[in-house]
Amino acid sequence: MAETIGFWAVAVVLVGSALAVVLSKNLFHSVLWLALALTGTAGVFLLLDAEFLAAVQLLLYAGGIITIVVFAIVVTERLVGERITQTNRRITAGAVTSLALIALVVSAITRQPLATAREPLTTDLTRTIGESVLTRFVLPFELLGVLMLAAMLGAVYFARPED
Amino acid sequence: MGLQAYLILAAVVFGIGLFGVMTRRNTIGILLGIELMLNAVNINLVAFARFSGSEVGMIFTVFAICITVAEAAMGLAIVILLFRIRRTVMADHLDLLKG
Repeated sequence: MAETIGFWAVAVVLVGSALAVVLSKNLFHSVLWLALALTGTAGVFLLLDAEFLAAVQLLLYAGGIITIVVFAIVVTERLVGERITQTNRRITAGAVTSLALIALVVSAITRQPLATAREPLTTDLTRTIGESVLTRFVLPFELLGVLMLAAMLGAVYFARPED
Repeated sequence: MGLQAYLILAAVVFGIGLFGVMTRRNTIGILLGIELMLNAVNINLVAFARFSGSEVGMIFTVFAICITVAEAAMGLAIVILLFRIRRTVMADHLDLLKG
């Protein structure tokens, strides 16, 4: 029962803030709504017993991405406060396509026999994740480190001062 | 709540993100839509991992989150570089590749 209430609360927050992200006129407001949407996603992870992923979500997304997006807006936005239209002319086509995609996916989901209940956890999820990252998935983990280094170098290269 | 509820929630969020990607004029706004779509994918991954009884699948989400962060950093670096060259971040005006 508590899970049902929690799910609907998180779902309302997540869908509402996601709509605000794409419909808000001011890009700054969009980013702040995105922070709420990412926090709502962390709530979904908590409902699915993934405390570690919820923490990662808050640290990396709500902490990291929101900060760099705000910086990017500050650097690139010359029209702060000015009422410029943020959506292009294809708003109807976009709405139709998105609604069609949602309808398609939802109809496909409802037709499948999916699990309605989950088994109670027997192990510590955080321990499971930590152990498999350092044993079975150690090679992808190292490759991920290389990827992060490459992304960091690339970002620094792109953002270098003009000479 | 069953697996179905989580999948439908993720599908709705994905659709909203797609709407943002298609209708935003500002490149940063498009990136925000992509973030929403990737989030929906992460919800799906965690839900499938939890309901299938094989929690190791959540590793996939850890990797997806890290790759998304790298993607956002690179995307914003490119946006800042474009702004330096063209003095605009409106996607309609970024037509450097048009011959």
